[in-house]
Amino acid sequence: MKITHDDVRHVARLCRLELSGPELELFTHQLDAIVAYVTQLEQLDAPLDGSEAPDSETELTCPDREDEEAPSLDRELLLSQAPAHDGEHFLVPRIIE
Amino acid sequence: MTDLGASDLAGRIRAREVTAQAVTRAHLDRIAALDSTLNSFITVDAEGALASARQVDQRLERGEPVGPLCGVPVALKDNLVTAGIETTAGSRVLRGWRPPYDGTVVARLRAADAVLLGKLNMDEFAMGSSCESSAHGPCRNPWDTGRVPGGSSGGAAAAVAAGLCAAALGTDTGGSIRQPASFCGVVGLKPTYGRVSRMGVIAFASSLDQVGPLARTVRDCALLLEVIGGPDVKDSTCLPAPLQPGSLQQACQRRELKRLRVGIPREYLDQGGLEPSVERAVREAIATLAELGAEVRDVSLPHTRYAIAAYYLIATAEASSNLARYDGVRFGPTLPGARGNLDQMYSASRGEFGAEVKRRIMLGTFALCAGYHDAYYGRAQRVRALIQRDFQRVFDGGCDVIACPTSPCSAFRLGQRLDDPLQMYLADIFTISCNLAGLPGLALPCGLCDEGLPVGLQLLGPPLSEATLLGAGAAYEHATAWHTLRPPLDPVTS
Repeated sequence: MKITHDDVRHVARLCRLELSGPELELFTHQLDAIVAYVTQLEQLDAPLDGSEAPDSETELTCPDREDEEAPSLDRELLLSQAPAHDGEHFLVPRIIE
Repeated sequence: MTDLGASDLAGRIRAREVTAQAVTRAHLDRIAALDSTLNSFITVDAEGALASARQVDQRLERGEPVGPLCGVPVALKDNLVTAGIETTAGSRVLRGWRPPYDGTVVARLRAADAVLLGKLNMDEFAMGSSCESSAHGPCRNPWDTGRVPGGSSGGAAAAVAAGLCAAALGTDTGGSIRQPASFCGVVGLKPTYGRVSRMGVIAFASSLDQVGPLARTVRDCALLLEVIGGPDVKDSTCLPAPLQPGSLQQACQRRELKRLRVGIPREYLDQGGLEPSVERAVREAIATLAELGAEVRDVSLPHTRYAIAAYYLIATAEASSNLARYDGVRFGPTLPGARGNLDQMYSASRGEFGAEVKRRIMLGTFALCAGYHDAYYGRAQRVRALIQRDFQRVFDGGCDVIACPTSPCSAFRLGQRLDDPLQMYLADIFTISCNLAGLPGLALPCGLCDEGLPVGLQLLGPPLSEATLLGAGAAYEHATAWHTLRPPLDPVTS
């Protein structure tokens, strides 16, 4: 498929990136080349359905552990990293009128 | 002093032949002398480093026990979270962020009495193969400052090669430890996925990211992995396999390779586009493995040609999700201009991303988009399974390790590949499959190309085979002298 300005505008809006005119031009050109390259996955002739990941020692599991009390990070330390706070809460710009 | 490796330095400091403070000062002096040219560090914590060194010296004076990295100057890629020390991941978005905690690997280094010198330059959010996408400016290769050190852990490889630190930690998502190690002539180890905790690693692609060491010898990499690896309750993807202290260093005693079965993937070495002098160096290295007793055989990894396409869809899809947190609320600057609606606030903050990060977020978003998800992301995941199966067949078929080049080329010139991201991606061909399959990979110096730049041999093995890889690497290193070569830098300090 050919990647157009509209495709790039749509994707940029989805990921909340604002593109300048030259950026839109450049990314359309570059993403078109990259998407053309990755589209070669379509040529893969091996049957893809049912090819699940093989069993391996790296297969992910979610181990359980005891729910133990542990110290939390210090509130003042955490607040010190915020651009604005009131001593108890993070403050962010008002977005609802 | 700045030429000694981590194991040597730890031994001499423990024996009180030299103080940790003197070692730290020698490295800080060398950073001051050379790094304005190399730009391998983003942050140098001289005060913190000297304070740690002083503590080590005091404990030794009092006869108290010290850890395995006592007084060894180590530096950290800037995507490893460090309490109180600015951590930017090479991005403007995180400028000024002082994390309130240490990542697990950082805490383990401290507990082992390493001296942490500072934070190393990298491609922004580890997205790149040249260290040129850093908001801190490009890092330069100590072998030729007109060339890139590789990436994304370019600062780590350059600093280790130049003797600015005894060892470093990097991260590897698609080759980001091994390729720069190869370009700068040092040893780099990407452990099995889950071998090392990712708690406190700034996420790029969570199913691929892994922390690992860069050092000047295989044994030093073994020492560092023993310290940082092993189970961690703070990372549910960290494997429960324990790592015994000394076990990997013990493996590095190996001096011959009798009965080691080494597979050479024909898709890697017979592939066009391999720089002739790189191919020659790697073939000579394979011949050396055979002289050491290894049984070398031809093997096939038939889905190799789909690896880059699958990787760049999976890694960017995960990145697009992981980087959603840089929105000006959770992370990222809340810009004074962002006084409109919420979307404008997000966009203003995210406008701080560099071009490569924007490109990858968009590609990943595209791969996950309704209508394209199955054709791109879904297909890439199934190709990933086929690539895992390729490796499993080779290892089940009786191979202990796979040997191949780390990169198809040696270090290229700064700026040479910036205009064509696809060409930059294609050069990751030999390192990417290892991440897709979750395998360990070791890169080590195996020669110089025609321009006199380092070339790297890569050894890959089945999951949790680090001891085998390090043993084979150590035997090769013992039989050759490539790891003793140093870049032609002014000998400013001894």
